[in-house]
Amino acid sequence: MDLLGHYNYYVVVVLMMIGFYAVIARGNMAKKIMGLNLFQTSAFILFISAGKILGGATPILRDGVEVYSNPLPHVLILTAIVVGVATTAVGLALAVRINEAYGSIEDDLLTEVEDADEDDEGTA
Amino acid sequence: MTVLEWLPFSVLVPLIAAPVCALLPGRVLPWSLALLAVAASAVITAFVLPAAMDEPLRYSFGNWPPPIGIEYRVDSVNALLALLIAWMGVIILPWARLSVNREVPERQGPFYALFLLALAGLMGIVLTGDAFNVFVFLEISSLSTYALIAHGRKRAALLSSFRYLIMGTLGATFYLIGVGLLYIMTGTLNMADLAERVPEVAETNAIRAAFAFIVIGLGLKLALFPLHRWLPGAYTNAPSAVTVFLAATATKVAVYVLLRMVFTVFGLEFALTMPYQTVFFTLGIIGILFASISAIDQPNLKRMLAYSSVAQIGYIALAISLVSVEGLAAGLVHIFNHALMKGALFMAAGAIIYRIGTDRMSDIAGLARSMPWTMLAFVLAGLSMIGVPLTAGFISKWALIQAAILQGNWLAVVVVLVGSLLAVLYIGRVAEAAYLKPAPERAEPVREAPLGLLLPMYVLIAANFWFGIDTRLTLDVATHGAEILVGGAP
Repeated sequence: MDLLGHYNYYVVVVLMMIGFYAVIARGNMAKKIMGLNLFQTSAFILFISAGKILGGATPILRDGVEVYSNPLPHVLILTAIVVGVATTAVGLALAVRINEAYGSIEDDLLTEVEDADEDDEGTA
Repeated sequence: MTVLEWLPFSVLVPLIAAPVCALLPGRVLPWSLALLAVAASAVITAFVLPAAMDEPLRYSFGNWPPPIGIEYRVDSVNALLALLIAWMGVIILPWARLSVNREVPERQGPFYALFLLALAGLMGIVLTGDAFNVFVFLEISSLSTYALIAHGRKRAALLSSFRYLIMGTLGATFYLIGVGLLYIMTGTLNMADLAERVPEVAETNAIRAAFAFIVIGLGLKLALFPLHRWLPGAYTNAPSAVTVFLAATATKVAVYVLLRMVFTVFGLEFALTMPYQTVFFTLGIIGILFASISAIDQPNLKRMLAYSSVAQIGYIALAISLVSVEGLAAGLVHIFNHALMKGALFMAAGAIIYRIGTDRMSDIAGLARSMPWTMLAFVLAGLSMIGVPLTAGFISKWALIQAAILQGNWLAVVVVLVGSLLAVLYIGRVAEAAYLKPAPERAEPVREAPLGLLLPMYVLIAANFWFGIDTRLTLDVATHGAEILVGGAP
């Protein structure tokens, strides 16, 4: 296959790496969640683009059409999107609560505060 | 109705009870409903296990035959896991009532609803025969687990929950990508179908990539060293009842999915062409040693037990890296037995927190005089953790050592023994503090934990000794399951 034939997979890999990088390299929890979203989206695109069949019509049964695109990945990803939205919601809710409890959502700062909390525990 | 028709209800009952539970007011009602739902599920699993021993039970949802519909496919491996999850739920919930009243005083309806969702998710993961369905249930249980952990008393619970959410979602998405690649290559998501079609395309990089994505994704979920970083915080800061449940079931279910994917879907032959054995053997050994040593000097009890859990995952990884029937059986038995001992240990820690409000090592000093039964339970479960004969822990370590000796793998034998010695150290440190050190001055005397906490604890202790002597349920079913996984038996 030619290089352009794999175009969708390049997009997936690039998106995946951007998202993955954001999750591990960014300290801000909101940005981590965004990275996570990008990462999940790349998986969605992987599924959906694989369902497309060249020359295939929309998967609605009708006369005169022989080749349909595969509708199953779309359905699967509909579920996965719901899961993704729920994860984002839980993540952001936690970030809000963390902001209320600590006054920050910067991971570096929070790690220091957390370690200090634990030291109090150990010695007190 | 036959057992087969009842089978899906072991997932559906807790799943449907959850939203009702969330709406119930007060404390007693949601708890009662949760207990009722889990008990119903547990009774079903008790009938499913014997029925699934000879031939797999297959239930097609909505009467759509697989691979079009989703099927539940239950053989002795997942029947054993389902039995473990549901019955741990039945034992934990009576214990949870008092502990949760103390640690999560408000809005218990949603709390028990989340507990039911987590349990239903885990049950769904083990029972389903569909690779994508596993992902959905994985996320159901994970999302409710994040919320449960965030219920912890300290603000650190929020941070632990967030970190677990990031790692857990990465793991689940890795798994999803792997399943996506499998689907692209084979056009099916049904595990039995996948098992037939994967060998035809096994010699491709897409399948190898799928294998790597799935193993790493599940490695994150099961807290395989060095992907375990989320676990100690999550276990330490979660409410005690949640810790007991998670330690007993959650990571073990990820191990099950790993076994199912590696052995049933990809097949032993394919796994051996990948560095599967080397990776799990090495990480298992390092995990046992590193986590056991880390456990020794932890400042509080729950964190110590959490590191011990990471070490136990190491044993399981070591066992399944041996890729023999004996090795896999040892891994499955340890999944079961570890739930019993770690459940009892975390219950003892929870009872201590219930009475003195903390689990710092310095506060445990002299506690055996005021809480003799709780500390006795801790020591008995600790003996099982160390692997003293007549306890469940001995059976799993014995099985593991035998499997290693059969392959002439002396390094594994030595590491298991060293790991047990390290367990003596970290369990012994708690026992020494509780029995030999003088108690600190307290404003008011500490009383023994109430009967409601002690009874379920001693049920688990009794189970530890029962399964240390009678291994028909554990070792025999696990061996049968291991034969199915390796492909020896139908």
